[in-house]
Amino acid sequence: MSVNVKDAEKFEFSPENLKWTKSQFVKYPENRKQSCVMPFLHRAQEQNNGWVSIPVMEYIADFLDMPYIRVHEVASFYSMYNLKPVGRHVIEVCTTTPCWLRGSDDVVKACKEELGIGFGETTRDGEYTLLEVECAGACVNAPVIAYKEEYYEDLNDESTRQFIKDLKAGKKVNPGPQNGRFRSCPLGGPTSLKDMAPSGATFGQDMGSDK
Amino acid sequence: MLADKDRIFTNLYGFESPFLDGAKKRGDWDGTKKIIARGQDSIIDEMKESGLRGRGGAGFPTGLKWSFMPKESDGRPSYLVVNADEGEPGTCKDREIMRHDPHKLIEGCLIAGFAMRAIAAYIYIRGEFVHEANVLEQAIEEARAAGLLGKDACGSGYAFDVYVHRGAGAYICGEETALIESLEGKKGQPRLKPPFPANVGVFGCPTTVNNVESIAVVPTILRRGGSWFAGLGRENNTGTKLFCISGHVNNPCNVEEEMGIPLRELIEKHAGGVRGGWDNLLAIIPGGSSVHMIPKSVCDEVLMDFDSLRAEGTGLGTAAVIVMDKSTDLVRAITRLSAFYKHESCGQCTPCREGTGWMWRVMERLATGEAEIEEIDMLLDVTKQIEGHTICALGDAAAWPIQGLFRHFRPEVEARILEYKKTHEAA
Repeated sequence: MSVNVKDAEKFEFSPENLKWTKSQFVKYPENRKQSCVMPFLHRAQEQNNGWVSIPVMEYIADFLDMPYIRVHEVASFYSMYNLKPVGRHVIEVCTTTPCWLRGSDDVVKACKEELGIGFGETTRDGEYTLLEVECAGACVNAPVIAYKEEYYEDLNDESTRQFIKDLKAGKKVNPGPQNGRFRSCPLGGPTSLKDMAPSGATFGQDMGSDK
Repeated sequence: MLADKDRIFTNLYGFESPFLDGAKKRGDWDGTKKIIARGQDSIIDEMKESGLRGRGGAGFPTGLKWSFMPKESDGRPSYLVVNADEGEPGTCKDREIMRHDPHKLIEGCLIAGFAMRAIAAYIYIRGEFVHEANVLEQAIEEARAAGLLGKDACGSGYAFDVYVHRGAGAYICGEETALIESLEGKKGQPRLKPPFPANVGVFGCPTTVNNVESIAVVPTILRRGGSWFAGLGRENNTGTKLFCISGHVNNPCNVEEEMGIPLRELIEKHAGGVRGGWDNLLAIIPGGSSVHMIPKSVCDEVLMDFDSLRAEGTGLGTAAVIVMDKSTDLVRAITRLSAFYKHESCGQCTPCREGTGWMWRVMERLATGEAEIEEIDMLLDVTKQIEGHTICALGDAAAWPIQGLFRHFRPEVEARILEYKKTHEAA
């Protein structure tokens, strides 16, 4: 049996993405097209089912006139480029100190139990990958899960389980806080800019009001 | 408390549209042409008068930084680079600016870029902020379409454009020279200085790297006057600041307040107080994970600005206040930060590459108590061997949280070691 692995894994940008590359070249000086390597890797990863394979790197290197090793260096340096296949749904849980203080251990436990996998693993059906990430940069809305371009915030055990159940059921979950608060505004309502608050906005239950 | 009329970020929570219609209603892009007509020197002087110090952590005077840029080109163009690689644990203020008030940043880029004679601005945004990058790109498109950017920005005759460059998950790219390397399509490993970016920055050209908040406050300062900004806060610590209050408070939040607000007032007025009351407070990291923690006794009185916090041996950093109440295992909290720095070390300098992992492993044992008391001094010695011995400040940033822990809570860690010995000897 002869299977040419190289050919089976061939990669090239789709016609739409090829058109998109032009919008990137204009951002940087003419002799500096290497600057496009990060946007290209992002876009290629999206097209290639969420990961960057060797043919992807070679394609981009040829595209940008870069040695293969330089592209590999970039792809392996930055944590957002997945160098192995991932599931269709990648769930990233932040566990750095600000999230940990607000109960990211519960969120991790809920994810692991609901999905039946640990960090860095993919479910057997290839649907879900669970990753541990460092500070997501939404610390006043901790704990946080990043999923498909959005953050899901202010989670606890219950809302995490609900989030995963909804994903599995194919239901749409609204990004942002999962506890009824308005983005990074304090629970219970703003302490500043009160006059700007839109009428009918809800702010959730003030956790200090029981004092 | 700061009055709403003195707040710069009036759409901090996204109560209104982030786009041009909402932004113009809030006063953005008002008279930008006139500001530019004042000329470079006048703008830089006004920024110096405002006393604005960089909002990215180091607190270097912004006007002064701009004045380092060449006044006459030697043939190379100049660039403004905005550091939107917000990743310091505890910090989430630039995210709010980019997703809710992007036009403040874009207008700031134009004015700051003009003042330093730059031809373009690159906003380097962390890769995880996809939503924020999309809002920002859309706002830039709007500004271009409205003639606010481009060949004749705001009708001023000055050509200027703004581009967004997405990172891909590397904390080190928040360091300005690593960011520049990354912008050039390389691994984000910091460069040796000198040459400083104002001489040789991105693409080998003169470059100034400023934090998002530093640039976004520029238009308002120039509209209302440097003296207005300087009238807020204290001398050498002027203006307003975005604070991020996270951890064990009742209502974690972002809020804009006057510089120098007492830490206790900040937490009680805006974050609903410490969980379980002020007396339940154990310690606070006042400026993002890299600064020393301070115990409650210091938190009682300290003011939130550069000089007050520095006098307590810590720093304002990014003004990310991480609150820890008495239920917190401080050793675990710092161990998690050590793991963070180990993960984020770029691997270029040996003391940091090897040291961050070494410190983390010792911290892991100290967290359980399975260690010798002498190891504390050895660990502190290693932190000193790392601090100041690396190209960039990540090594320092990894050392300081550990030093801060032992400066204030050493007896607790020693007690844990003795307790571990006692229970395990008995067994």
